[in-house]
Amino acid sequence: MFYRETGQFKTNYADDMAIFPIRQDRIGIAIIIAIALILPFVASDFVLKTILLPFLALSVAVIGLNILTGYTGLISLGSAGFMGVGAYACYKLTTLFPEVNIIIWIFASGFFAAAVGVFFGLPSLRIKGLYLAVATLAAQFFLQWAFVRIPWLFNYNPSGAIEVPLRTLFGVPITGPTAELEVKYLICLGFVIGMTWLASNLVHGRIGRSWMAVRDMDIAAELMGIKLLNAKLLAFAVSSFFCGVSGALFVFLYLGGAEAGTEFAIRLSFLILFAVIIGGTGSMIGSFFGTAFIVALPTILKFGAPAIGIAITGATAEKIVLMIIGALTIYLLIVEPHGLARLWQIMKQKLRVWPFPY
Amino acid sequence: MMFKKLALGATVAASVLTAGFAAQAQDAINFVHNTYRTGAFSGSGIPVGDGTRDYFTMLNNRDGGIGGVRINFEECETAYDTRRSVECYEQGKAKNTILYVPWSTGATLAAIPRAHIDKIPIFSMGYGLSASAVGDVFPWVFNMPITYWDGANAFIQHVAQQEGGFDKLRGKTIGLLHLDAPFGKEPIPILEALAKQHGFNLKLYPVAPAEMQNQSSVWLTIRRDRTDWVYNQGWGAMNPTAVREAARGGFPVNRLVGVWWAGGDDDARPAGDAGRGYRALNWHQTGANFPVIQDIIKHVVDRGQSLSAKEKVGENLYNRGVYQAIIIAEAIKNAQAITGKKVINGEDMRRGLEALNMTEAKWAAAGAPGFASPFRVTCSDHNSQSAVYVMEWDGKAWKRLSADIQPQKEQVRPLLEEAAKAFATSNAGWPARTEACQNNS
Repeated sequence: MFYRETGQFKTNYADDMAIFPIRQDRIGIAIIIAIALILPFVASDFVLKTILLPFLALSVAVIGLNILTGYTGLISLGSAGFMGVGAYACYKLTTLFPEVNIIIWIFASGFFAAAVGVFFGLPSLRIKGLYLAVATLAAQFFLQWAFVRIPWLFNYNPSGAIEVPLRTLFGVPITGPTAELEVKYLICLGFVIGMTWLASNLVHGRIGRSWMAVRDMDIAAELMGIKLLNAKLLAFAVSSFFCGVSGALFVFLYLGGAEAGTEFAIRLSFLILFAVIIGGTGSMIGSFFGTAFIVALPTILKFGAPAIGIAITGATAEKIVLMIIGALTIYLLIVEPHGLARLWQIMKQKLRVWPFPY
Repeated sequence: MMFKKLALGATVAASVLTAGFAAQAQDAINFVHNTYRTGAFSGSGIPVGDGTRDYFTMLNNRDGGIGGVRINFEECETAYDTRRSVECYEQGKAKNTILYVPWSTGATLAAIPRAHIDKIPIFSMGYGLSASAVGDVFPWVFNMPITYWDGANAFIQHVAQQEGGFDKLRGKTIGLLHLDAPFGKEPIPILEALAKQHGFNLKLYPVAPAEMQNQSSVWLTIRRDRTDWVYNQGWGAMNPTAVREAARGGFPVNRLVGVWWAGGDDDARPAGDAGRGYRALNWHQTGANFPVIQDIIKHVVDRGQSLSAKEKVGENLYNRGVYQAIIIAEAIKNAQAITGKKVINGEDMRRGLEALNMTEAKWAAAGAPGFASPFRVTCSDHNSQSAVYVMEWDGKAWKRLSADIQPQKEQVRPLLEEAAKAFATSNAGWPARTEACQNNS
């Protein structure tokens, strides 16, 4: 009744090609962004720090992997490693050139991750599917090894950790211990909106189409004149770029200093992959659904359930989370390969014809 | 229909978001304690968590808490994951915890920069950032009773004792079997310095976290190198594997010495008879023959309030949990005495910790006579670099092997101060200490 495009005429091609062709969708997006902007001032510190910040930081990586896996059809298990490259690059850059603003470095660290990603993406020209997953797994292990073994990366810190220094923007601290959570959140949100916009434009344009052609059948794509080398390596570069920015956000704005060699472990790579599968491969909104599921579910189960009177210990909650994520991944792979995003789409379709379905 | 569901969902979500932070009862001291009962390190995490939990339950049952105030003890599961630990830190903050006990090096590092801002002291007992021993730079962090650097130093002293003097070390090959993570690599600089000083060869045998349970190639290398002594800086599933592989490969297990985190009963037991002779450093006694352990059995275990099996009470890592709890309880008492308040907060707790002076009489009063060596925290020394001893596994239990070994403070302390200074300079804007020194009471 409310969600219907009746009367919204498209009078030129631009309208027809719009990402949000229906006015209600545009209003919806505006409302979501408005809520996201208000949220830090109403949510408690606990929610900000343990749910919203990791959600924002990781969603960028999930979008990155979705570009690679969902849009180009290449599986990668090295996302956490590429995130680590971003984090360490950002750390090196900001300690070597402290006078340059950290926001520039967070963005720039993505390029380092992209370069590493292209290098490890080279085998994708020869190998496919499961074998590619194994090759990217090698990237993951190599990078993790490098983070622990190359002391130059963490400035010879005896504890092997990277510690986030204090950095400011217009005199307001944005990283480091004294930065306010609200400020970190807003910076993170800015990155997420910018990166999503970038990714959305990429996948809706010529490049995105070539990726999808490669995904659907690479020989056919090649025959149509798409250069596989360029398309696949570009997908790896863009995907790793997103992962790198995400890693920098993760350490600089969320964790605020960590033993990153263990933080960017294979476990995180898998979580990101599960987020893509659960959220929906080849869908922007699905990336957000998946991240929300992976990030928020454990926290809500662990702290929310006891708060509303369900006696459940932390250890049990951890185990239940693993079981739910595992079961849901298998279920969605079999029943709904397009994940939560597809459910969302079905709901929108139903809403369009509500209350008189045909 | 749709809206009803949505509204319901929104209410549930809202209640989830707000409920966890209902104000706690004001007449109790809140203490949120990190544990890991799941994950690859749970083998070590469970007994430690049980020991601490049982001691505070015992205090509540026996004495009604500390100074007449109940301890609101709560566990927070981290699975040894930094992200979960950050959650637990925030949970502790929301519940006004008096102290943060990270139980992982990564979690400690993530929390250290926040401690002076949130006014929550950190107690990382014998782990974490070694440099945080320097109280002038880290007034909010405590890491009694010893650092990894002292541990490595004590290990070399033990080897020298066994070989018949430091001059006998020349030409020997000493290996460091370590988890390939910051925790495992901590002793390297000290061992390198000692190798230069005494002329022994140092070999490093890293074990990747993913390879903790598969060390056969590492032990092959150790045999090929004809290594004389191996120091095991491991944790969790890595330790039992090391002991088993050493025994299987014919390496004399009495020349394999573990750091205090590699001294769990379950680290040595799986090797069976072959594990007899495995050694580890320790700074407290094992066994249940202490009044405090007996009280725990009487007031907690026999009432069915413990999560631990009765026969595990008194094992090494269980006692380590009790050791930690005794120190924390003592600091709470100090804080109550200093401030005259019954319900203390994080700031009071910091003062209580800084005033810690665990004399023999204090240990005895806590029901643990001779349980651990006395130590004293001062304003600038938040570690005390206390003595350790070497114990040996006899196939069933740990037996004390050596006398107390005092780490060479004069070698380690300058390095600690250097590292602390480096931390302060690399973290631009690290605040100078403004907290007043707490005189020992």
